[in-house]
Amino acid sequence: MTEMVYGAVPVREGEPVLPKWWRTVDKWTLSCVLILFGIGLLLGLAASVPLAEKNGFGAFHYVTRQAVFGGAALIAMLITSMMSPDLVRRLAVLGFLAAFIALMGLPFFGTDFGKGAVRWYSLGFASIQPSEFLKPGFIVVAAWMMAASQEINGPPGKSLSLVLAAIIVLLLALQPDFGQASLILFGWGVMYFVAGAPMLLLAGLAGMVVLAGTFAYNSSEHFARRIDGFLNPEVDPRTQLGFAENAIREGGFFGVGIGEGQVKWSLPDAHTDFIIAVAAEEYGLVLVLCIIALYAIVVVRSMLRLIRERDPFIRLAGTGLAAMFGVQAMINMGVAVRLLPAKGMTLPFVSYGGSSLIAGGIAVGMLLAFTRVRPQGGIDEIFRGRGR
Amino acid sequence: MTRTPLRPLARILEARAKGENPDAIERENTRARHEEMRDGARARAEGRLLVLGVMFFCAYAVIGVRMGLMANSDPVEPRAAASAARIVAQRADITDRRGRVLATNIETHSLYAHPQQMIEPERVAEALVKIFPDLEFKRLTKDFTGKRKFVWIKKKISPEQKQAVFDIGDPGLLFGPREMRLYPNGKLAAHVLGGYSFGKEGVDAAEVIGVAGVERVFDDFLRDPAEEGKPLQLSLDLTVQAAAEQVLFGGMKLMNAKGAASVLMDVQTGEVLSVVSLPDFDPNDRPRPPTEGAPDDSPLFNRAVQGVYELGSTFKIFTAAQAMELGLVNPSTVIDIRGPLKWGKHRIRDFHNYGKELSVTDIIVKSSNIGTARLAQMVGAKRQQEFLGALGLLEKAPVEIIEARGSTPLLPPNWSEISTMTISYGHGISVSPMHLAAAYATVANGGTRVVPTLLKQAGPQYGERVMSRQVAAAAREMLRKVVTDGTASFGEVPGYAVGGKTGSADKPKPRGGYYKDKVIATFASVFPAHDPKYVLVVTLDEPETLALGEVRRTAGWTAVPVAAEMINRVAPLLGLRPQVEPGQLAGITLTSSN
Repeated sequence: MTEMVYGAVPVREGEPVLPKWWRTVDKWTLSCVLILFGIGLLLGLAASVPLAEKNGFGAFHYVTRQAVFGGAALIAMLITSMMSPDLVRRLAVLGFLAAFIALMGLPFFGTDFGKGAVRWYSLGFASIQPSEFLKPGFIVVAAWMMAASQEINGPPGKSLSLVLAAIIVLLLALQPDFGQASLILFGWGVMYFVAGAPMLLLAGLAGMVVLAGTFAYNSSEHFARRIDGFLNPEVDPRTQLGFAENAIREGGFFGVGIGEGQVKWSLPDAHTDFIIAVAAEEYGLVLVLCIIALYAIVVVRSMLRLIRERDPFIRLAGTGLAAMFGVQAMINMGVAVRLLPAKGMTLPFVSYGGSSLIAGGIAVGMLLAFTRVRPQGGIDEIFRGRGR
Repeated sequence: MTRTPLRPLARILEARAKGENPDAIERENTRARHEEMRDGARARAEGRLLVLGVMFFCAYAVIGVRMGLMANSDPVEPRAAASAARIVAQRADITDRRGRVLATNIETHSLYAHPQQMIEPERVAEALVKIFPDLEFKRLTKDFTGKRKFVWIKKKISPEQKQAVFDIGDPGLLFGPREMRLYPNGKLAAHVLGGYSFGKEGVDAAEVIGVAGVERVFDDFLRDPAEEGKPLQLSLDLTVQAAAEQVLFGGMKLMNAKGAASVLMDVQTGEVLSVVSLPDFDPNDRPRPPTEGAPDDSPLFNRAVQGVYELGSTFKIFTAAQAMELGLVNPSTVIDIRGPLKWGKHRIRDFHNYGKELSVTDIIVKSSNIGTARLAQMVGAKRQQEFLGALGLLEKAPVEIIEARGSTPLLPPNWSEISTMTISYGHGISVSPMHLAAAYATVANGGTRVVPTLLKQAGPQYGERVMSRQVAAAAREMLRKVVTDGTASFGEVPGYAVGGKTGSADKPKPRGGYYKDKVIATFASVFPAHDPKYVLVVTLDEPETLALGEVRRTAGWTAVPVAAEMINRVAPLLGLRPQVEPGQLAGITLTSSN
């Protein structure tokens, strides 16, 4: 009977976990993420060698670490993606609380590794960046609150989640870490948009942003210089951006050849923020377009699957996770091609970094859990004559 | 506490009336509303998710396209020789009036380093110091071994130096193509050309901008790509300029002057054929502006245009010409010159005592200050001011070099009668030699205003008339007589009928008053006097020469011989035929065969 309804998946009583998971998970997204991770390892073979040499390790020290962390991240992703949405929500809320407390404890117990911003806990063999784990947790909590606000006589979840977002942004801005802060704000904004932000408010906000930007441009010389520098088509070839741009040009369509690139020797962040430049130089436009396509597939496919979702919580949480994942990749690559002003942001799964890898694995695991095919209750509605 | 009304009130009231429990009805209603709300939210979310998906897709597409565009373009850094071809002549050449090159560009290279790519920084630094002895080994080593990623080493290097650096063979040393300005004639016409420097600098090119002279004034023209590298043609004549500089330099040394200037101008067109200011400099290696000492002692100072001096008796001809133009006198009118002429506490004297009275012609020929002052009294302050203004002596010289903007004449703050009298013989007014040449050109060309120019002109200027043809002719006759019978007797050049007027003005002290033993000696000449083609002004700063057992400073002994030698050299180069009377054909009898 249920097979008669398009898009509905039969629930089989007592089905084993793994076959059920394999049957319902979004295999496209899963494959894309695995390929991205593979590309990350491949690029790490080129990009992290100079850093390893500088720090006196073996040439592939960082590649090995990346593989170990990546393995852990993939396991975390698989386990998370097998959970039910309710379980994901419960664990995510607990994780969020833990990460939030850890974030508040940073000024007292954290370390800055000499980089000027206190963002990490040092564990000796590795370091943990709580804000990376906070992001997916926050998305789930905010989605929960917003979904609750859609109940009659429910709590004012949208306002509550905004307050929470503001507190986190404040904490992150104090570190300072404006990149993560803006990601949190962006994630909240996307969820609020999907949860039904009034059109008038959106238009008003857009207008305010334009006004504030104009005002800042006219009144702050520092701000104006940064924008001018960004808009200026000529870029000083001695800056990071200049090196990155040159690398992309050097690479052309098919690259200069594996291991032949020069940019990794000049850029201190070649293995994290500017890994796309290394990819462009050594493997050319072909690989870069592949990477872009992989991210696009993950994001767009998740969105399309969430369109069919009827549970507001799952819809919102899935949207937030996919958007955050996608926009992080977008900002990273946008900076390298000078479409966006310079901002340090890692390329999810491709850039080197333990915390960001594992947290990314958990986040994508959640996304996979939310986008799994599940009964949408459509059959009831059809019986009641309200289905579509 | 806000009270929410029971909904739907009608059915609940009805149920209450029947004694049934209304809660079930309200719950049923709540559920219906909830479902309706959820359906609405879902429909809206579907649309918005679609919008989000499309937006993300578009953003990724834009990044992909941008990547493609960038990958398709050439790298900025010159790794291959191919990129050198893109830098063609950015700046137009400058030529003289016959098309000979005064300024052009050559391609060269800059040298920079990427220390992070350097293999042996120490060895590189050592080798570089051998090639460029002005570099410091310590500094280079520090730059190469530190954290810097980019170091400029040299802005311009020669091909030999480039090869030597290339032979070091380190991948961290890189060359960028450069276009540099070259003045192939060295010091020749240095003050006119000015000089250049690099403006905005990139790795693969640098802006060449003019900093002085015509390079600065015509900077926009020279850099305008729309002109397609059309050369800027000046009025200068390279050969004449070279001869003039040579003669003036010799004259300056012989007369022990500390500086000298000369201007040679075409009287019809106002074209400056040669302008010299000594001491000079090499624009290929333009010295830095001096930070101490008087600015006019610097070789950068253009005495012919920037230097405003009291040019003395050379002004007398203007006074005489104006008096004739107004019909107050004619050349043979006799003027009382008994002296000293007292005016208030001032006394005007002559260099020698010339007797009781002189004709106007003789006043000019003998250079009588008293006689000229008397003429000026007849003319009056207002008319004198107008006349000098019409000659262009009261405003900046409009010649096309940037330094001309500093050539504002120094005028008396209050043009009183005593000022009128001193100005009539060239004291109390300071102008540049360029001003004086233009004013003499008016006398020489028959009385029309001449605007000096450094650009080649197509034909004569027809400026406004300042004096009548007859007056101009009479004035020229006087100038000729100054050479034949007067103070400028050394100025005679056989065949070229030189006419002119000398001027020796005591130099003013910086704090007021005049030096007794320092003069500016000027000779303003026209040639040939019967039909003048050119005006030549020669000025010597503090000349001093020993002649006939006396120290001589006056222009007749200093500036005039230098000017005569210059005319002697330059006139044939200008294509003027000497008009020599045929000598006696001694001992030859012309016979006819029939």
